[in-house]
Amino acid sequence: MHISFLDPFQARDSLVHRLDPRVKAVLTLLYVLAVSLTPQGAWAAFAAFLALVLTAAWAAKLGWSYSLRRSFIALPFMLAALAVPFVTPGPAIYEVPVLGWTVSEPGFVRFVTILLRAWLAVQAAILLTATTPFTDLLWSLRNLRIPQALVAMLGFMYRYLFVLADEALRMNRARAARSPRIVGAPRPPIGWQARVAGSMVGSLFLRALERSERVYAAMASRGYDGEVRALVRFQMLGLDWIVLLGVSLSLVAILTLTLVI
Amino acid sequence: MHHTIDVKNLHYTYPDGQVALRGVDLYIAPGEKVALVGPNGAGKSTLLLHLNGILRGDGEVQVCGRPINDKTLGAVRAAVGLVFQDPDDQLFSPSVFDDVAFGPLYMGLDEGSIQQRVEQSLDAVGMRGVERRVPHHLSGGEKKRVAIATVLAMEPEILVLDEPTAGLDPRTRRGLINLLRELPQTMLVSTHDMGLVAESFLRTIVINEGRVVADGPTQKLLADDALLESHGLEAP
Repeated sequence: MHISFLDPFQARDSLVHRLDPRVKAVLTLLYVLAVSLTPQGAWAAFAAFLALVLTAAWAAKLGWSYSLRRSFIALPFMLAALAVPFVTPGPAIYEVPVLGWTVSEPGFVRFVTILLRAWLAVQAAILLTATTPFTDLLWSLRNLRIPQALVAMLGFMYRYLFVLADEALRMNRARAARSPRIVGAPRPPIGWQARVAGSMVGSLFLRALERSERVYAAMASRGYDGEVRALVRFQMLGLDWIVLLGVSLSLVAILTLTLVI
Repeated sequence: MHHTIDVKNLHYTYPDGQVALRGVDLYIAPGEKVALVGPNGAGKSTLLLHLNGILRGDGEVQVCGRPINDKTLGAVRAAVGLVFQDPDDQLFSPSVFDDVAFGPLYMGLDEGSIQQRVEQSLDAVGMRGVERRVPHHLSGGEKKRVAIATVLAMEPEILVLDEPTAGLDPRTRRGLINLLRELPQTMLVSTHDMGLVAESFLRTIVINEGRVVADGPTQKLLADDALLESHGLEAP
């Protein structure tokens, strides 16, 4: 029973997979930046950005819809923007029946823009993680001078998320196995059930804490001295530079054109 | 070469007041392979953690002829390969390669030799070709083998293993026993697997309640029913 649904990497042999991970990390960041800087309602620019991410997905041999389908995972977070169309002042274009709340036009445009920005940014991140093994991604972040402690934490998170999820799964099963129901007997009170769930979370935390001590001992046993070290893995090749420059320029071009027009 | 373990009158109390070791004495000669047995909570794991200075109790611990102190700590950790019971503790890196390369990297080796050590030690445990895999995608037996490779990569003089056969199926266990037999290092293996003890180790140390209660030829100890009974053990 191994939880591995979270492993996003899709092994393919493609141009995008072969790129230096630093190029992909930097371009993803620039892409997210460009999308967030695009003004409200600049639909043509958003279409161009969408075309860019779809082209990258196609070049990565993931299929057109790979990142599209996966990007819906971010939908719940977009709910946070749900109030925007109602609270932004401006001419009303729609009124919710019964409640009488009005949707303003600028509010609606702003809402759709926020959705598009989030949706496009998530797609870029999905592409990045689908085409770059996590270890390479960590290496590139370290190489790009992201603080070492932060990168090391990401690495441990990735390594132990699965172990922890497995542990939680086992605990849940153990609880389910000892939660019989007798027909006609009353269910245990909800407060009691909540207390059980709470103490399960607590014991999961304690287990994680104890594991962290054992992991640290294992690291110290092999010479860990508090400094994070890594081997050099990648060299920038001609193609990497071309892609880096090409994509950054198109991002800048789209943004400039939008701002000028 | 001086691949010895020499422990004299070692005491250790955990910070919560639980006394784990009450005066342990043991000496292991170069190249000797010794089993460490005893009931749960006898202090086996605590003792093992002293052999590379993870825990520092009162008493004397000399490894490879060197006392363990702040100055020798690095050298001692390079000389003693400690394999933890749970491979999920031992394998903490995001890929097998990173994990096996970890020790050599901290020993300050150059890239070529690190590469070579990773290949050699994965070869030694029969796990070549998993370098790019993620540790959580390996099976229990594979994890165990990789965990041993991570310490072999440091080319230690002494191997210390905590419950190496726990949770393995018979075939994987057999493979591991053969592997332990082939490895040339001085070895101290803590285990509950009395079959493993009888088969692979000429000498056995029994500890209980933080003390060495018997130390001698495995055959003789396993024939002593009264001794085994009083320390919660069983002959295979």
